[in-house]
Amino acid sequence: MADKSRDEPAPPRTSASSGGPVKSLLAPIAGFGVTFKTMFKPIVTEQYPEEKVPTAPRYHGRHVLNRHADGLEKCIGCELCAWACPADAIYVEGADNTDEERFSPGERYGRVYQINYLRCIFCGLCIEACPTRALTMSNEYELADDSREDLIFTKDQLLAPLLPGMESPPHPMRLGEDEKAYYLGGGISPVAGDPDVEGRLHADGAES
Amino acid sequence: MSDTTYTSTYSATDPYGSTSTDESGRVFTVGGGDWDDVVGSVNSADPIDAERIVVNMGPQHPSTHGVLRLVLELEGETVARARLVIGYLHTGIEKNMEFRNWTQAVTFITRCDYLSPLFNETTYCLGVERLLGVEDQIPDRATVIRVLVMELQRISSHLVWIATSGLEIGAITMMLFGLREREQILNILEMITGLRMNHAYVRPGGVAQDLPPGAVDRIREFLPYMRGKVDEYETLLTANPIWVKRNKDVGVLDTRGCLQLGVTGPLLRASGFAWDLRKEMPYCGYENYDFDVVTAPGEDCFARYLVRINEMRQSLRIIEQALDKLRPGPVMVEDKKIAWPAQLALGGDGLGNSLDHIRHIMGESMEALIHHFKLVTEGFRVPPGQAYVPVESPRGELGAHVVSDGGTRPYRVHLRDPSFVNLQAVPVLIEGGMIADVITSVASVDPVMGGVDR
Repeated sequence: MADKSRDEPAPPRTSASSGGPVKSLLAPIAGFGVTFKTMFKPIVTEQYPEEKVPTAPRYHGRHVLNRHADGLEKCIGCELCAWACPADAIYVEGADNTDEERFSPGERYGRVYQINYLRCIFCGLCIEACPTRALTMSNEYELADDSREDLIFTKDQLLAPLLPGMESPPHPMRLGEDEKAYYLGGGISPVAGDPDVEGRLHADGAES
Repeated sequence: MSDTTYTSTYSATDPYGSTSTDESGRVFTVGGGDWDDVVGSVNSADPIDAERIVVNMGPQHPSTHGVLRLVLELEGETVARARLVIGYLHTGIEKNMEFRNWTQAVTFITRCDYLSPLFNETTYCLGVERLLGVEDQIPDRATVIRVLVMELQRISSHLVWIATSGLEIGAITMMLFGLREREQILNILEMITGLRMNHAYVRPGGVAQDLPPGAVDRIREFLPYMRGKVDEYETLLTANPIWVKRNKDVGVLDTRGCLQLGVTGPLLRASGFAWDLRKEMPYCGYENYDFDVVTAPGEDCFARYLVRINEMRQSLRIIEQALDKLRPGPVMVEDKKIAWPAQLALGGDGLGNSLDHIRHIMGESMEALIHHFKLVTEGFRVPPGQAYVPVESPRGELGAHVVSDGGTRPYRVHLRDPSFVNLQAVPVLIEGGMIADVITSVASVDPVMGGVDR
């Protein structure tokens, strides 16, 4: 209920209304100065998709299933990512490694691995839950598609590409006698991200 | 648990739709099927009433801040009566949280008030921490980081407010300016949390990750830039005749009205009452920060604008102090039975658990691995009880009433969302005014429907 008969409230103490009478007379026009000056300022609009501005290094993008340096999968099929997922977007089915068919160091590997990007909310609890750094998040964000089926990513889509020196599993453990060697060795982090990301990480001096 | 049965609100025996004895008159659900009742109720034999028309504004109206629906009874251009219809953005967040563990629930509650997600997370986490009895063990660094990101977000939330409010009454420049600066804040939050919205960054026991290298410098660079921009908005709007005429003496609500309606936040402060939970019931160490509670005279939309503008300046002050208070240290509580076990680190393969952490749990300590598995699959147990730790969100008192039955999941989490409560004031603000002022008044309340409907 607007009561128009109210007394004029005391002038607020703000930068635009403070100052002498001349300044307060010009104040309504000063606003045009702001818009005029803005014409000579650099344009902040991002020309997506022609120009893609890189995300922050920590950005939660598409997941990657990583490999050890010899090509074995890091995923051990423990399903912790699926347990942690608040949106029930991850489906994992583990299976036993055998001496003839070995996909990961240790007893188990992830036979089926699916992430449903229609459910995923990119909260990152899955990567925080992963006990082997098998699951990480890249900075890739262009995930739009036009069918529901295509947005359920399967293991072959999520697995990091084989880098030089890697051998496609199944194959025996090459980095040690047992899985402990893989985890205690440390520093085995094959670069699976694109070189752009790498470059920016080092340019930012971010932790590695 | 009581075994009360609920009847459908749309049935003929609607307990809410029947005539009541109190003065507020009949309640219409306007949920479908009773539109004729709404229209019929105003076309009585009274010749004045017969002139009234009922206009349905929203839920898809561009000026109602999301999916708010207003059913307005108009006499000419004067709003005789306003009814608010909400529920178009109901997401079942509160109920969903009862089926997730205490840590997972953060990813849900962050999505309520989507312009200030970090406030939702903080009030919830403060409640959980009180139930756990670990309030004293939260590392200082985590608390300072919480204050830092919350105040950044308060600015970004006020920027969205000033941008959309400007847009709604034709100040397109203000919209562009507001969103331009908000982008800077979102970039900083993206750098810190990895997400631009719905961060799930504040966790029971601390925060998810420490600040990345370079974040402090980036925020320090941002402060003077933003200070200049706030002055720019004031140059643009405070003396602008159109802005003043559209806002001054519009949507007047005095302190008494605010208190009776439970209104908090900038609306209450714009009525001249300096009520700010950061001062009244300090949390996150706000008692150690030097800032003023902003009030403005006028009780109208213009006063609310001044309050929000000056609150941005105060937030910048708080951020500066928070940066000075940052000391190296942990950002998650020591207790390994509560602390979320992740140690995130960036690498060539993206963001994931650090290799040191992997080595520790997979190769060195079976106990650490058991904790990791227990916390991720089951979560921690919270002693039975209830807690309510309100925080001052950009819209007012925001609090999560957290109830635990001793299990690993919340028994109930209720969010006292300021948007919801403040919406009660809208009929008082707009009834008797012009229909064009409805836009400004609703905008001055700054409702976020995600928080209203939850």
